[in-house]
Amino acid sequence: MTLTLWQRLDKTGRNLAPFAVTVMLALIGLVPVPAPAYGPVAPFLTAIAIYYWAIHRPDLMRPGTAFLIGLLQDLLTGGPLGVNALVLVLIHWTVMNQRRVLMASSFGMMWVGFVLVMLGVACVQWLAFSALNATVLPFNPALFQALLTVAMFPAVAWILIRVHRAFLQG
Amino acid sequence: MKPRTSGSVVRLAAPLRALAQRFSFLLLVLASIALMMVGKIDALSVDNARARVTDAFAPILDAISRPAATAAHVVESAVEVRNAFEENQRLKAENARLLQWKQAALRLEAENTSLRSLLKATPEPPSTYITARVIAAPGSSFLRTLVVTAGRRDGVRKGQAAIAGAGLVGRVVEVGEWSARVLLLTDINARVPVVLEGSRQRAVMAGDNSDQTKLLYLPPDAAIQVGERVVTSGHGGQFPPGLAVGVVSSVGERGVRVQPNVDLARVEHLQLVDFNMPGAETEPSHETK
Repeated sequence: MTLTLWQRLDKTGRNLAPFAVTVMLALIGLVPVPAPAYGPVAPFLTAIAIYYWAIHRPDLMRPGTAFLIGLLQDLLTGGPLGVNALVLVLIHWTVMNQRRVLMASSFGMMWVGFVLVMLGVACVQWLAFSALNATVLPFNPALFQALLTVAMFPAVAWILIRVHRAFLQG
Repeated sequence: MKPRTSGSVVRLAAPLRALAQRFSFLLLVLASIALMMVGKIDALSVDNARARVTDAFAPILDAISRPAATAAHVVESAVEVRNAFEENQRLKAENARLLQWKQAALRLEAENTSLRSLLKATPEPPSTYITARVIAAPGSSFLRTLVVTAGRRDGVRKGQAAIAGAGLVGRVVEVGEWSARVLLLTDINARVPVVLEGSRQRAVMAGDNSDQTKLLYLPPDAAIQVGERVVTSGHGGQFPPGLAVGVVSSVGERGVRVQPNVDLARVEHLQLVDFNMPGAETEPSHETK
């Protein structure tokens, strides 16, 4: 099968969609929302995207890509370098280990899987920030952030499914 | 799904790739941990890298933060229209009170100038103000920072105070060419030398990632009352003395808590102030960020 230059460009562009959408979610997560008490519990949107793409298109969302997106998030949020990178790589790894189960299961089961992943994420974030600040930080904000992310999962996943169908079908 | 690459290089690269894939997870985890170490050891170059990346993304962040701000304005104005009458009454009363205060302030200013001339006191250097818009706030449980649309080319420098409306908001910790990052008072790394206005008790105000801040290094017998105003003390040469910070909100077993004057979740614009203080350029050693 030979592809013309335009077909190849088109294919590359389409293959970049998971990466582009995840970066876009990272940027949307930075928008200041003028609501009291929103900032500390703002949903961790890139976690949803990494989880979704690692299940459905691991060939287009490699662990290295997840690492780079996490690093970008670390740089933009002003937090310690490496924490989001570590978290996203761990999500990717968890999904890859359970991919067969997750691929075969319904949307509801995928959501349940995400709940477990986010609980792990909250623990890792809390541990990393506590260690880097050399103090024991309260765990509740991380837990509430994880819960809000879980609540946002269907909405974000719906958008991701749309993108998946629009750009990567066939 | 077909593998995307094919060709002659595969023959040589295949075993290497298999090995790399097997260890890629481990390598990436180690790389993350190494980055955390680097951030702790060489904070300056990490700050520089961060400022560059923030600069690069500032135009995009600026663009996508505008619709969000507009939507918030629409919602707020809808609420305000409903309360317009009461709000108007309240503002009229407040205006009358403030006019009295203005007279008092003008009188005191004149008196101050004449007393200064008698004492030959050196006047404080004039401050310069840079107004900037907030374009990003990380949605994270463990960070309290803001990114604003003003940078080195606008005269922003590391260590400048960020104020909004009724008081201090934070401090500039990182400066790019056209963007800067402000560490809010409530961040766990923020430390501000303060003094309680009534009792003249000195303390250090520290954030703990909650909405309120706490006072450190108070003597155990300090008599502190709820409602007492907290202002900067000017120690450390970072901020000038007397800048309003907050109000003591509770005194109890969990320590003295301070409610910042400014609602930090709703800051849209802020002013970065260069007080032209001597020695303000140097980084204070008691802060880790």
